[in-house]
Amino acid sequence: MHNYLILLRRELGCYFLSLTGYVIIAGALILLGLGFAVMLLAYNGDTIDVPLTELFYGTMFFWLIVLVATPVITMRLFAMERATGTFETLMTAPVGDGQVVLAKFTAAFLFYLVMWLPLASCLRLVHHYTAAGLEFDRWPVISTYIGILLIGSLYIAIGCLASALTRSQIIAAMTSFAMGVSLFLLSFLRFSVGQRSGFAAQVATYTSMFDHMEDFVRGVVDTRHIVFYLTLTGICLFLTLKVVEGRRWR
Amino acid sequence: MTDSAEARPMIEVENLTKLYGRRAAVHDVTFTVGEGEIVGLLGPNGAGKTTIMRILACFMPATSGVARVSGLDVFKESDQVRRRIGYMPENNPLYHDMRVREYLKFRARLKGLSIQESRARVDEVTERCGLTEVSSQVIGSLSKGYRQRVGLADALVHQPQLIILDEPTIGLDPHQIRAVRQLILELGKDHTILLSSHILPEVEMTCQRVVILHNGRVLAADSTQNLQQRLSGASQVLAEIAAPFDELEACFKQNQDIEYHDISPTDSGYCRCTIVPRTGLDLRPAIFDLVRTHGWRLRELTLSRHSLEDVFVRVTRPDRDEEES
Repeated sequence: MHNYLILLRRELGCYFLSLTGYVIIAGALILLGLGFAVMLLAYNGDTIDVPLTELFYGTMFFWLIVLVATPVITMRLFAMERATGTFETLMTAPVGDGQVVLAKFTAAFLFYLVMWLPLASCLRLVHHYTAAGLEFDRWPVISTYIGILLIGSLYIAIGCLASALTRSQIIAAMTSFAMGVSLFLLSFLRFSVGQRSGFAAQVATYTSMFDHMEDFVRGVVDTRHIVFYLTLTGICLFLTLKVVEGRRWR
Repeated sequence: MTDSAEARPMIEVENLTKLYGRRAAVHDVTFTVGEGEIVGLLGPNGAGKTTIMRILACFMPATSGVARVSGLDVFKESDQVRRRIGYMPENNPLYHDMRVREYLKFRARLKGLSIQESRARVDEVTERCGLTEVSSQVIGSLSKGYRQRVGLADALVHQPQLIILDEPTIGLDPHQIRAVRQLILELGKDHTILLSSHILPEVEMTCQRVVILHNGRVLAADSTQNLQQRLSGASQVLAEIAAPFDELEACFKQNQDIEYHDISPTDSGYCRCTIVPRTGLDLRPAIFDLVRTHGWRLRELTLSRHSLEDVFVRVTRPDRDEEES
């Protein structure tokens, strides 16, 4: 635990004391801003009967941010340490492999959450100017953040795995982007097979991230979705740990 | 200095083998390092020095064989061993985005020191490694010499019993090499040090004992002085004498103590003589007497000791295997 916190502090410092962290946040903010603008246009003065979060999700900028930002956030985690050789100094200090993996994951995850904070203020702003007098409904916002958190944890874990596999940051980013996009595209299966009944259709529906996120933005928190993301995150982190330990049996 | 068997061994390496695929990077290596010794691993590039050090530093396990640091197995009790070792890898990797003090504190805390302890120790090693004036600079902006000192400071911040340095002076200029060498010698007073190098004068100057490696095998392991004597054979005398060639030739032939001689005339009537004695004798007085009795003139008389460099070249040259077989 002691070492985990020290490593976490160092990893967070990496994001917030260097320019890279702010560049990533700025990039995400541009996309978020575009989504915000599109959301306002969708409003167009009409009264709409859906939560603001669903309206934002409808712009698809959500997926763009998740798919592009997570590989950029995670690419340096292990790849850079391997490329510069600091991996050797790190692993010859009295730290456990698990502590290193968890600290790196947590740091990237916390950074990812910070990156999403401006969304809350965007929603608050829109609400303030459009629905005058109405109470701000915070539950869809909270459930949306739960969705962002869960999908983020999976994508960050995928990024960790990709970064642990190589010593080149570019390759790490490309690998995790490819894996992330594949997972994203799998969600489209639901549209083709989802109408039919049977096992394949069930699997397609269960793994469709669109369905999950649509529930979350409407304010529905389904435990099946939570289990889905936590399991996959766990598997990815376990694989990352095995890759990091892999130097021991090579 | 050489009685490492009597002192408690700090490092015990027995029949250590490391295979990368089918290629053996380290093959059946056995050596010990006693407490308080400074020992050099010497060998050309690819001899297996870094592999041995990585195994000892618990970065990767050996394929077979045993390695122990102060009696603890490096693979089974890796955590304990890592607390006792200060390791500086080859090329001294550092986090270039951190400040010197911040980095050393991070490393000290990671190695299990409390906040108070780490503060005190960081102050101490900063002072000791001459980093005081750059302690608030970003590591990336430092010169290579300073970075090397940061690496050394990191290696000894938790007061390890054993310090392992992989090529500590590589890529430094002569002044920096001298400074680092001085630092190593000072550290050797209260730490056991294992360092690797392919630069011989360095090992000759800093180490009490040398383990010569070639193609993953130990070729020789002995004290620096013994190695010079054992492998270089008899020392030879160089002399430049102004004398007639034939007379000189005759005199050398008569002398029973001379095993081999070579005379080559040079400019201005001097002859350059290389004389190898039959036994381990010092021939210089005899040569001087010879010159005096004949009334010749002498302008150089030197006993040339083989440096470790000669030893090294001799034991690691490629045709050695054919010679032996």
